[in-house]
Amino acid sequence: MHASVLLAVALGGAAGASLRYALTVLEPDGSGFPATTFAINVVGSFLLALLPASAWVRRHHLLPPLLGTGVLGGFTTLSTWSEHTRSLVAEGATATAGAYAAGTLVTCLAAVALADRFSTRASREEFDEEEGDL
Amino acid sequence: MTVLLVAAGAAVGAPLRYVTAHLLDGRLHRELHWGTILVNVVGSFLLGLFSGMGLSGNTIALLGTGFCGGLTTYSAFAVQTHDLGPRKGAATVALTVVPAVAVCFLGFWLGAR
Repeated sequence: MHASVLLAVALGGAAGASLRYALTVLEPDGSGFPATTFAINVVGSFLLALLPASAWVRRHHLLPPLLGTGVLGGFTTLSTWSEHTRSLVAEGATATAGAYAAGTLVTCLAAVALADRFSTRASREEFDEEEGDL
Repeated sequence: MTVLLVAAGAAVGAPLRYVTAHLLDGRLHRELHWGTILVNVVGSFLLGLFSGMGLSGNTIALLGTGFCGGLTTYSAFAVQTHDLGPRKGAATVALTVVPAVAVCFLGFWLGAR
């Protein structure tokens, strides 16, 4: 584990989380289905699965941790997904909670499956070795 | 500037996620990503706790949106689940989704006491 990788993840994570925050300020989740956070997690999952397709990203060893583990890891959030699900259940909106919880999972997995079509198994393993998807 | 607090929280949370995953995920591709599972569950507990405590404004921006948001990751969870295939992928979902929402409830309850 190198300090440069830690720094890249910290900087990337700060940038990704700031972008997530900015989007929720522009388009607040409000009450009901948390559409902004839903979109953030789907787009972030798609982009993380798409990154290994780029030979340029794979060639620079700091880019996978910076862009994948850092930016997209900080951009997407599982804790907010848990808290949204919890608060919807607590409000009695169980149908919305179920649709949100399951909808996020299914849509993110579909987005990853789609993005995977642009990369090879070997490039995904190389990206994984470079710790771009932690 | 609230966004700077979000950035500061994530600048701690994201590297903590990386270190945890680096240490616990191991190098065996066939194994489950225990580090990612752990940070996602712990981060969900903490965000539930902070919400239960009624944290708001700059405090929740730093600790919730920033730190918990940076510590947890939906994108790596989705990619790892997909890459592990049906059986281990289903195990990853079961070990993440159910405990994460459960401890979020627990955290909220503890925080609200």
